[in-house]
Amino acid sequence: MKQKTSKKIKEFLIETVLFLSALSSVLITAGIVIILSYESFGFFKEVPIKEFLTGTQWTPLFAEPKFGILPLVTGTLLTTFIALLVSLPLGLIAAIYLSEYAPHRFREIVKPVLELLAAVPTVVYGYFALLFLTPILQKFLPDLSGFNALAPGIIMGIMIIPYVSSVSEDAMKAVPMHIREGSYAMGATKLQTAIKVLIPAAFSGIAAAFIMGISRAVGETMVVAIAAGMMPNFTANPMEPVQTLTSYIVQVSLGDVPHGTIEYKTIFAAGVVLFLMTLFFNIIGFWFRKKIREAY
Amino acid sequence: MSETTIHEKLKAEVKDLNFHYGNVHALKNINLPVAEKKITALIGPSGCGKTTLLRCFNRMHDLYPHNRYEGEVILNPENINITGKDIDPIEVRMRISMVFQKPNPFPKSIYENVAYGLRVRGVNKKSMLDEKVEASLRGAALWNEAKDRLYNSAFDLSGGQQQRLCIARALATDPEILLFDEPTSALDPISTAKIEELMLSLKKQITILIVTHNMQQAARISDYTGFMMLGELIEFDKTDKIFTAPSEKLTEDYITGRFG
Repeated sequence: MKQKTSKKIKEFLIETVLFLSALSSVLITAGIVIILSYESFGFFKEVPIKEFLTGTQWTPLFAEPKFGILPLVTGTLLTTFIALLVSLPLGLIAAIYLSEYAPHRFREIVKPVLELLAAVPTVVYGYFALLFLTPILQKFLPDLSGFNALAPGIIMGIMIIPYVSSVSEDAMKAVPMHIREGSYAMGATKLQTAIKVLIPAAFSGIAAAFIMGISRAVGETMVVAIAAGMMPNFTANPMEPVQTLTSYIVQVSLGDVPHGTIEYKTIFAAGVVLFLMTLFFNIIGFWFRKKIREAY
Repeated sequence: MSETTIHEKLKAEVKDLNFHYGNVHALKNINLPVAEKKITALIGPSGCGKTTLLRCFNRMHDLYPHNRYEGEVILNPENINITGKDIDPIEVRMRISMVFQKPNPFPKSIYENVAYGLRVRGVNKKSMLDEKVEASLRGAALWNEAKDRLYNSAFDLSGGQQQRLCIARALATDPEILLFDEPTSALDPISTAKIEELMLSLKKQITILIVTHNMQQAARISDYTGFMMLGELIEFDKTDKIFTAPSEKLTEDYITGRFG
């Protein structure tokens, strides 16, 4: 009888610890959302939303501050777009190779190595873009400025390849063997099978991988902070320096902006925009991942 | 097994075929004639090697490592050994199509499923594809059900319709032999009857080799039947003979339901 009670207490304790651990992550997320909304509410009391969303100049630290978020948004989208141009094709090709061509043992070695790309500290990638890639690119593109959107975009793309390839490969591997056999039995080659059957069959998983890559690129901070130039340019030209939402936040939080001022609050306004952008992509990705489970 | 000679024109002929999955000796000294424009059925208990034998005909085993063919599967009229190392499996699959146990349409439209085999052969001319898709769907008795929704997903079809779609897909490339691997085991009796009827009409133009678990099915549709057990072909003869007066004791025990 006594033993039974102590067992019950033990069970209760374990359950409580597990519950609290789970709860903490929810509370932290909720806390972030609350602080973001609270501080940016203060910001929007001083700056009209219309000016914030449509202004093309972002100079909150100048004597005559301008609070148009668009340069940061276009800077973010530009570097993200370049990163995707690199990571989507390469990631997908790597996934096709690993899933369909690579011998089993080779795959077991290469996959973890490829995933190591994601383990390199991003500050290393940042300086790699600034000090290695930009000078090389300048040999071909003499107009390229020392800080630009192109080099960090490409480097971010390389950084994201393992995210894209790993999830895409899992999605392709999950396509049942009898679908592959159906294609081979029709006289298709490996490549035809991969392109015409496996990619459509694994489409929702591949789309989820792409969207994860997009979120990753939108949220990436260090690479763009180091190599893109911290210049809020309203431009679509990858040769020019730009500033992204994340690198702006780094810039302001590193400086000596007094707490509670409008300059300080811009961090949170930019943070809200960033949060909504990544949330949007994550929701789409989540929706695709749910679809993949229904497919077979 | 006593050597059975049949007086038919042979489309294919298995000669002293042995097949190994790694260390497993799955087919032992198989000799099997496949008569042209007839239905040849392979029956036998689970694990007897009948599907393994069927999959030698389109080199399906080449998709997996450590598989080994010894002996010959001769394809006529050229008299070539299609399991030979010098023969490209894709060339074989271009001439010998297969319908699988479970309907396996591609995640594409009905039209694109049927056009698939032509597209992988580089045929992209719309008029040619349209014509072939219609002819194949008619050949698979699916045209009337599918003609108004050719561009809908193949997954919108019922299981039986999906299997007929897979037959249409296999027919679209004008194969010389059609392999069926227990094509009705996942289907209800009405769909099964439709597919059996279809096979009987197809044999006017095409040689059919079918693996079936269902002895009544073999008896109903096939002209020749081979009984396999433990990787060996125990008996091969005209279907009537196998089911009424088998010469081997094992065959008789199996078809009378004493084991299996």
